[in-house]
Amino acid sequence: MSKTPMKLLAEWTYEPAKIHRGYSRETLYVGLGNKDGNYKFEKRPVSDDMIEKFTGGRGFGLRLLWNAVTEKTKWNDPENEIVIAGGPFCGITQYPGAGKCYSVFLSPATKQTYNSNAGGYFAPFLKFSGFDAMELQGKADRPVVIFIDGDNYKVQIFESNLPDINAYAVSEDLHEYFAKDEADKRTISVVSTGIGARTSYWAGMNFSFYDVRRKVVRLKQAGRGGGGTVLYDKGVVAIVVKRTHFTGLENDPADIKTIQRCGTSLHKRIHDLDDKQCLMRSAGTAHLTEIMDAYKLLPVHNYKFGCHKDIENISSRSYIKLFTQGMADGCWYGCSLACAKGVDHFRLATGPWKGREVTVDGPEYETAAGLGSNLGIFDPLWTIEANFYADHYGLDTISLGTGMAFVCECYELGLINKENTHGLDLNFGNKDDIMELLHRIAHGTDEFAIACGHGVEEARVYFSEHYGADLATMKKIGMVCQGLEASEYRCQESIAQWGGYFLTLKGPQHDEAWLIFMDMVNKQLPTYADKAEALFFFPNFRLWFSLQGLCKLPWNDIEPADNGVRYKGLEAARVPEHLQNYLDIFEAITGKHLTREGMIEQSEKVYNFERIFNLRMGRGTAKYHDAPDRGLGPVWEDEWLARPDYFDGKLKEFGENIEGLSVKEKIALLQKHRRKQWEELKLAVYKRRGWNKNGIPTLATVKRLGIDYPDVVELLKKNLKPEDEFVD
Amino acid sequence: MKIIHYNAEKCVECGACMEACSAAYFKENSPELSRIRILNNTGFVSANVCSQCGACMAVCPTQALERDANGVVQVRKDKCTSCLMCVGYCPAASMFFNGDKQTEPFKCIACGICARKCPTGALELINVPAKA
Repeated sequence: MSKTPMKLLAEWTYEPAKIHRGYSRETLYVGLGNKDGNYKFEKRPVSDDMIEKFTGGRGFGLRLLWNAVTEKTKWNDPENEIVIAGGPFCGITQYPGAGKCYSVFLSPATKQTYNSNAGGYFAPFLKFSGFDAMELQGKADRPVVIFIDGDNYKVQIFESNLPDINAYAVSEDLHEYFAKDEADKRTISVVSTGIGARTSYWAGMNFSFYDVRRKVVRLKQAGRGGGGTVLYDKGVVAIVVKRTHFTGLENDPADIKTIQRCGTSLHKRIHDLDDKQCLMRSAGTAHLTEIMDAYKLLPVHNYKFGCHKDIENISSRSYIKLFTQGMADGCWYGCSLACAKGVDHFRLATGPWKGREVTVDGPEYETAAGLGSNLGIFDPLWTIEANFYADHYGLDTISLGTGMAFVCECYELGLINKENTHGLDLNFGNKDDIMELLHRIAHGTDEFAIACGHGVEEARVYFSEHYGADLATMKKIGMVCQGLEASEYRCQESIAQWGGYFLTLKGPQHDEAWLIFMDMVNKQLPTYADKAEALFFFPNFRLWFSLQGLCKLPWNDIEPADNGVRYKGLEAARVPEHLQNYLDIFEAITGKHLTREGMIEQSEKVYNFERIFNLRMGRGTAKYHDAPDRGLGPVWEDEWLARPDYFDGKLKEFGENIEGLSVKEKIALLQKHRRKQWEELKLAVYKRRGWNKNGIPTLATVKRLGIDYPDVVELLKKNLKPEDEFVD
Repeated sequence: MKIIHYNAEKCVECGACMEACSAAYFKENSPELSRIRILNNTGFVSANVCSQCGACMAVCPTQALERDANGVVQVRKDKCTSCLMCVGYCPAASMFFNGDKQTEPFKCIACGICARKCPTGALELINVPAKA
């Protein structure tokens, strides 16, 4: 891109708030009008109540979005917002994983609130520019670029003149456009999506940072839930923030020495132990592929199978050879875990940039599995190419992988045919045609590709109505819940993980609880009460990261060497020493003491508020917590026959006499038992969370948490029924 | 490449080196602010001082650690974000920090002040072949 000036449409200058104890206590509101060029800018104060009840990050996002929309608002209405917020930890450089931001919006995919997080430098720079959060509302009358100039304290809206709206093109162009010189490029972060956002509900947002060693723009994705689709719908090509100068005290913490103590001890631990533990610095999260395969948790062929003979092709050993080693691969300063791996000098074989040499961000585990094994493809170079284009087009690699795996199974079952797919042969493993489908979904090339890009829930209805495919069959095999495709773990054999996926706020994403090893392997959750306790604690504990601007990985993807010796069971899983670091740093930043119980209560307030928000949007009740058959057990004979003795044994555990039963009959019987277990789990979890039998937080729960705002209480009173109450 | 060479047999643990170093860079007499630390936890005296190996340079996210013309690894404060990854990744624990004084880390820059103050010649500023 040349530096041809973009036309300035609106400008606003502001007096920046001074950050104190982790908060600037002001948010930025940018209104785009309603396709009328009526731009509006505001600084809005952050109240004590907002900090007390919502803490920051995702909590701020939900509170601000609640205020902006009504129960009738749809994802593509102008009043829908994208709220981007860090949190009190966000921007500290001394502890790994403190550069995350959380984007909250009404989702085109799930038709309720969604929150999606990303690394990159955006949230810290936004905060250093004076804002704890940014609200983006309305729709622009033309494609625009929003520029938050944290050096000169002004916000500008330009008419975009970018020739290519895909993420790498936009991000590279805008780093170039707004930087004075090469060294200045690291002072910029860009939020963008890609061409996929025009028609697909799978478009996420890419958050950039500049890699000073490679001299390229890197992207981290807030991929899930369709935030990019919302951004595109608003007419926003990119949001850019620039902040040149900041210090190690920018967050104005109460006690820098404690933060330094915790941070250096963790840096040292990662230095000493990462090679022996999770290989995050050399393989990133892709180190998980062979582990998942070994425990039959790797999704293969739309989650039908859990392992594959060709696993070595996509093992950490293979990816380590492809990732450039020895780079400082943190996505914010101070992240020595450095999991943001990259493949350099990769020559693209397909698509609009065919023949071009690029740096590819990832693949991470989810992508290696979703755009790999789940599609029956065990070729890392194919996965890297698919990863690049998914990011470039703005498509979420998880939904894309799970969604295309579902389509492949539909094709193999004969539910859809080559005529429907416009000539694509979508058998598992057919690399060329699946890659072509990816390009077509991104470009919305035909009605089939557009239907696929709307996600499994809408695609199966389309396949049924237009191609005569059997809807009941597709409901059994589509790994989707609440409009969100499942992430890349097979959860069939862990009852607790059914809850970790399907009893969640926003759908089967693994950021609430990953209990498979505790439950299935280590047998630490034998009763429903134990499982419910885990499904209370871990979702709340993990949510806490999203309030603070933190990444979860440095919590338990590195552990003290003696963690498993000093602690047992659930306590060991909490990684107490690292948990204590977070409590200490929270106090060191904010000056407020925090206990373990206080930490969970901070989360519970937001967890329940989000649940109630979804109720307000017409969802958020038990019927939306629905698990597909594929999530609970085998659906077809070949799945059973992959592990016949194991599944026979599982039926015998229920006291069944299986003599003479056909495999089909056995599958039906196992599904029946597991469906009953699922219902029992659901009730146990609802009760532990302080909800009623319909999955709605009770009045007592919101009162205990102090979120009993009048509109919340009114909403609950309308929806809480006496017959749904638990009787002790 | 310049480094500080330590000869334990000559060291009398007088602390003059630490005093001179901390006074030069922090205007205080404090071993905790010295860029060289004379240690004796086991009855055997040793020195903790940067060997200019450069391991820290590889992990710095902003390339704030650079070798100067003498091969000495320097912290460029204008580029440093105070993340202290270099502290955790120093193989000899010779990168130091003290939040009371500054957020950036500090280390021996082979200036030779300590060697000049050493009464027994236990410390010397010497030239060794440069590292890659």
